[in-house]
Amino acid sequence: MKQTADESRVLPQRSVGTRGFSLDHVYRALLVGAAGLVFVVVALIVYEVVRGALPSIRAIGWGFLVRTEWDPVQDHFGALPYLYGTLVSSFLALLMAVPLGIGSAVYLAELAGRRLSAIVSFVMELLAAIPSIVFGIWGLFVLAPFLRTLVEPWLSHHLGFLPLFRGYPFGIGMLNAGIVLAIMVLPTIVSISREVLMATPRTLREASLALGATRAESIGVTLDAARPGILGAIILALGRALGETMAVTMVIGNTNRISLSLLDPGATMSSIIANEFTEATTDIYLSALIQIALVLFVLTLVVNALARGLVLVTTGGRRDVAGAA
Amino acid sequence: MTTPAPPAREAAWRDPMSALRRVRRTVINRIVLGACYLAAGIVVLPLALILWHLIDKGRQAFSVGFFVHMPKPVGEPGGGMANAVVGTLIVVGGAALIALPLGIMAGIYLAEYGRDRGASTVRYVADVLSGVPSIVVGVVAYGLIVVPMGRFSAIAGSVALAILMLPTIIRSTEEMVRLVPQSYRHGALALGAPRWKVMLQVVLPAARAGIVTAAMLAVARAAGETAPLLFTALGNRFWSVHLDQPIATLPVFIYDYARAPYDDWNRQAWTGALVLVLIVTVISGILRLTVRRVRS
Repeated sequence: MKQTADESRVLPQRSVGTRGFSLDHVYRALLVGAAGLVFVVVALIVYEVVRGALPSIRAIGWGFLVRTEWDPVQDHFGALPYLYGTLVSSFLALLMAVPLGIGSAVYLAELAGRRLSAIVSFVMELLAAIPSIVFGIWGLFVLAPFLRTLVEPWLSHHLGFLPLFRGYPFGIGMLNAGIVLAIMVLPTIVSISREVLMATPRTLREASLALGATRAESIGVTLDAARPGILGAIILALGRALGETMAVTMVIGNTNRISLSLLDPGATMSSIIANEFTEATTDIYLSALIQIALVLFVLTLVVNALARGLVLVTTGGRRDVAGAA
Repeated sequence: MTTPAPPAREAAWRDPMSALRRVRRTVINRIVLGACYLAAGIVVLPLALILWHLIDKGRQAFSVGFFVHMPKPVGEPGGGMANAVVGTLIVVGGAALIALPLGIMAGIYLAEYGRDRGASTVRYVADVLSGVPSIVVGVVAYGLIVVPMGRFSAIAGSVALAILMLPTIIRSTEEMVRLVPQSYRHGALALGAPRWKVMLQVVLPAARAGIVTAAMLAVARAAGETAPLLFTALGNRFWSVHLDQPIATLPVFIYDYARAPYDDWNRQAWTGALVLVLIVTVISGILRLTVRRVRS
């Protein structure tokens, strides 16, 4: 067995007093096997999704992504409305969650006393532990009536001249999905941004304050230094929003259409899979749904890789921070 | 909120522009800090609302019967989700049985041997795995297990959840094992213990509390997952504890009951959600407290 220089410095490769075969070989082989299994699992995921999507890719091709009709009876499949729904609902969520999340992270890292900071951090932990189905049921039975009776009528009355807020107040729809998603990704943004802010050197803060900067200006300096890491947190949150399924499925309305209005119902890639997977009657129908899963998989893969790179760059490879996600 | 630089006050009468700038900076300072306080306040609000509604609506159908009765047909009042509670325990338990040994071993590998390229690739792949949307994992488990078996089954659900647990378990085990001081290992090795024995009898006991906490957190999170169960464990209106049969689970039960057009079912969905949150948060919380006490 080859030794790496680093390892031999810390620990002897073979136990004292054993010669030739020892249980240590079995031990190490088991560990390597378990670690290798992670590759196998990811390989299986890729294999299975690609294999499942292949009939649909062959039959429909990648025009799939720009077509809008979804008619399982006639084998017409186009994923554009779902792609649109996923992107718009996630973007909407970030629009709300990013300013709030960064503001709270600054509060936690720079302003709050220890006790208040502990309380808000605890709340974030709790929020992260709540199952997504619970956000879904809350969005459906609490948020939707609230939006339908108060918020959406007001929006369409006062801002109805914008195409964004035109239409009938359903309560469920893109706006509801955006709000629920925003609540769900907040813990990600807050906890990682906070870690990144705390990882910036103290001297930055001290130097700016010593030069006569106000607290806000000093925070600006810190934020500047933490920018890549915070960007990473945001993109990680985006990855989570893109893949979120149950909560969105329950509040988005599930209609196959592209509407500019946030008040209208829509559908996302994950919601169409959740809704129709067990109902898919023909092979090509099932394959089309798996092709949507493939697109979703690739999308989140790219987004997550980007985010992790950015977080690692700012925290200097502190794995606990990147791992917080 | 301290405003800096008193000398500016003396200079104010000499240079009105600088006084103006100072006022502007102070105002901006106040606005920015105020916005941060406000943001932190708003962020806490949704959780408070969700918890409040959960308890308020969830307690209406909450009773002992909820845990011991089977679901009743539409129209008949009462009924519980005994089968779903048991089903969740079975599916999640199965997933933990699969994921815990593998995840812990992989974590130990990363902590003990994980300085070469192979290990950092494993780390990266584990990160990738943690980013895979749960619905995609469901699709994969469907293709790998449900299709060859010919039917939906509890074991398919367990495998899907195990895949979701794996990255968290690996990563936290690695961190906890790493925290054990090298001197422990050196001492045991110097006494002639083989490495596997050092790990089992010295390092793991020292890291146990941390590993148990993190692992249970991963298990609790997985217990709340719905999407991967929709087309693996599927759901079942009847009593079943067989691993090769469709099985009811709490999250899927909540999903079905929340979408149903019956008030009674919706009430039960809320109660189910309350029970699920209790299972997920309280159990992991209690566990964390006991582990902490054991450690100290």
